[in-house]
Amino acid sequence: MANGVLDIRRRGNLRLPRSFMWDGSVLGIALLMAVPVLVIAAFVFEPVNDNWHHLAENLLADYVSNSLLLMLGVTAGVLSIGVTTAWLTSMCEFPGRRLLTWALLLPLAIPAYIIAYTYTGMLDFEGPVQSALRESTGWGYGDYWFPEVRSLGGAILMLSLVLYPYVYMLARAAFLEQSICVLEVSRTLGNSPTSSFFRVALPLARPAIVTGLSLALMETLADFGTVQYFGVTTFTTGIFRVWFGMGDSASAAQLSGMLLGFVFMLILLERWSRRRARFHHTSNKYSQIHRYQLRGFKKGLAFVASLLPVLFGFLLPALQLLMWTFTTAEETLDAAFFVLAGNSLMLATLTALIAVLLALLLAYGKRLHSTPLVESGVRAASLGYAVPGTVIAVGVLIPFAWLDNSIDAWMRANFGISTGLLLSGTLVALVFAYTVRFLSVSIQSVESGLGKIKPSMDDAGRSLGLSPMGVLRKIHLPLMKGTVMTALLLVFVDVLKELPATLILRPFNFNTLAVRAYEMAADERLADAGAPALMIVLAGILPVIILSRAIGRSRAGGNAP
Amino acid sequence: MKQRLVVLATAVLTAALSLPVVAAEEVNLYSARKENLIKPMLDRFTAETGITVNLVTGKADALLKRLQIEGRNSPADLFITVDAGRLHRAREAGVMQPVHSEALTAAIPENLRDPEGYWFGLSQRARPVFYARDRVKPEELSTYEALAGPQWKGRICVRSSDNIYNQSLVASMVANIGEQETEQWASGLVANLARPPKGGDRDQLKAAAAGQCDIAIANTYYAGMMVKGKDKAQRAAIAKLAIYWPNQDGRGAHVNVSGIGMTAAARNKDNALKLMEFLVSPDAQKWYAEINHEYPVRPGVEWGEILKSWGEFKADTLNLAKLGELNATAVRLMDRAGWK
Repeated sequence: MANGVLDIRRRGNLRLPRSFMWDGSVLGIALLMAVPVLVIAAFVFEPVNDNWHHLAENLLADYVSNSLLLMLGVTAGVLSIGVTTAWLTSMCEFPGRRLLTWALLLPLAIPAYIIAYTYTGMLDFEGPVQSALRESTGWGYGDYWFPEVRSLGGAILMLSLVLYPYVYMLARAAFLEQSICVLEVSRTLGNSPTSSFFRVALPLARPAIVTGLSLALMETLADFGTVQYFGVTTFTTGIFRVWFGMGDSASAAQLSGMLLGFVFMLILLERWSRRRARFHHTSNKYSQIHRYQLRGFKKGLAFVASLLPVLFGFLLPALQLLMWTFTTAEETLDAAFFVLAGNSLMLATLTALIAVLLALLLAYGKRLHSTPLVESGVRAASLGYAVPGTVIAVGVLIPFAWLDNSIDAWMRANFGISTGLLLSGTLVALVFAYTVRFLSVSIQSVESGLGKIKPSMDDAGRSLGLSPMGVLRKIHLPLMKGTVMTALLLVFVDVLKELPATLILRPFNFNTLAVRAYEMAADERLADAGAPALMIVLAGILPVIILSRAIGRSRAGGNAP
Repeated sequence: MKQRLVVLATAVLTAALSLPVVAAEEVNLYSARKENLIKPMLDRFTAETGITVNLVTGKADALLKRLQIEGRNSPADLFITVDAGRLHRAREAGVMQPVHSEALTAAIPENLRDPEGYWFGLSQRARPVFYARDRVKPEELSTYEALAGPQWKGRICVRSSDNIYNQSLVASMVANIGEQETEQWASGLVANLARPPKGGDRDQLKAAAAGQCDIAIANTYYAGMMVKGKDKAQRAAIAKLAIYWPNQDGRGAHVNVSGIGMTAAARNKDNALKLMEFLVSPDAQKWYAEINHEYPVRPGVEWGEILKSWGEFKADTLNLAKLGELNATAVRLMDRAGWK
């Protein structure tokens, strides 16, 4: 095979079993990944009880309207910030562009609940800003109007500020991967730069942008920390209230079911937006990008527009964290602190690698043989992202504990040995939970990358004697290095920030940075939460920089950012 | 070859990650009390007895769920959590076992532990009223019930009804004055709120200090942490408030506990009991309460400085197990009253 001669005999023999094997493994992985969500969903079949009627009467209307408004607001927020900045940094030249290109990713490193704490600390009625205002004017409560941070609007703003990088990152990768030829053709056909953007670049980048948006929205739906702190009642806070407060798993699952309904709507939306269109690039010519040289007023505007998200999404909150850190440094910065950082980085790296590997297999399996069964398998595997971490964690605990307890019972019965819990309460369970929760992030990135590669490439590879796996390794991977890097980075940072599943699943005497930050913040000791929160941010920055450079370099035809 | 290596590596990694840690003398603890509040005590225990304490901290309800799901093979021997409502929930969930210990029953007053020994209070916190010194005279205050009166319209701050402390406060009122009266009271209280409930107890205290409301309902240790904290603004804020002990002519102020119980799955029973008894010894009681500005459960143990400054008060002696039994009633009643 290696000599590149097509071996008709082998090919004929292997075709059927191979596609069967691929389908089989794709479905197997997908099923395994869907187990926690299915376990939770199974509670839906328990009969409706009193709590449900109570919910429907008193609370449900609020949950639905708040969740919908939150999603609408975040959609507007992340699209306007993400797409604008992606276009400016990839297609225009202005002072500070290189720096801002990666700085725009930084808000990704800040957990939503942390940014919520910092802005509340700064802007709340008792905070320094309003206090200074009152002192300088002599006003008291009720004498003036000031936007309320802890409100639905505030939650939309906070979530938009930390979630826009999903759209930015994917849109930017899409803009960079676009062949410059289509834009040049558009210009020669008489389109201005602006109308080229709206009529050519934006429609071509749509799958990537919608992918970024759906990630942001899923994360919005799963958010608990921010909405709870802001007193906004959503599905997530409802699930917690019913399940853990009232101890009613059936009603909680019914609420989760409704939440998943929202997610299906998102997925359908994404399908619909693509409809039958295909977005392969038909030109292979990748010449250097000639960025639009902005001048004067426009130059300044582009700079400010790209700076603002960094300023509000990263610099200000990080500054606040830094100030809190300084007031508490001698207490919190000890040797144990670096153990926490090590744990966090280890888990994030491990999960990122596993999740991206699985995503490659799933997405490529689907490309090889796209039956409805395989399609829905891959969809099911990516449901975890929209489900709150605690719910996923319970969905992981139940099957693991069941397995462990069954093995234990069997061993007791047959050998008189108790094996106890083998996997529950170990890092295996934790990494599995992370993978379930964040697989969607890597699948979506990888799919959008694969979608851009012409199927004729696969055909050419196969006809030259490569196995399906060979096509993936030798053709697709090099072509979509940028997307794979993006996927790695997104999962890495998500794991670094993950809190609820970590809290409930981790082994004895094992902590992470997010756990430490939470323990302080939960006691309303915001100042003490500063150091670990800042550390999460710092640990996230280095990979953000490295990978953003790699993404920039990944553009065929060179032209690093 | 390469693939085999990957498989092998995965297998080894899985085995390494899942290998149980075996130590001779140990006790395993699931704690909803934060690490920094409990670790110093556990270290003392280890130093005195040589017994290693393995710790997982987390949110109370989630840890309880974990205990439930892990079932009889759960590695946990002890469960520590705050609020009697939750301790009762753990008992109801069937994951605890009764403990009979002379040392424990002698040290802890009857109303601060489960009648059958499923859980024991370790420290006490009260949930009184804090008022702004410049806008409220203490004579205007009397009972929790009176906070529903029209004179308090737009003047009260309290956190969300999601919070177990509020649920337990309302449960205690249901126990004392009945469900209907309590629901009317809750509606009146909601009508008097200065703002929709948001943030934690500390936020309510800060809001009262800043003038957004005149009185706040909060747990005592939050005020203690603000007094002792490093944050200058918070120290200034708490200095503007004074504490008021409600219902002193009647049942007394609402109190609650942080507590401990032995799990049904406990394997290191002896060590677990040793740790429980250690935690109610006079010395440990003093440290345990002081680290979080709480009241010791053991009578006769000296209070912390801040607690002394707030003075003696009459505490509600309702058996705290009642709070757990009435929790669901309380939650629904608050929902109906529109307490967000």
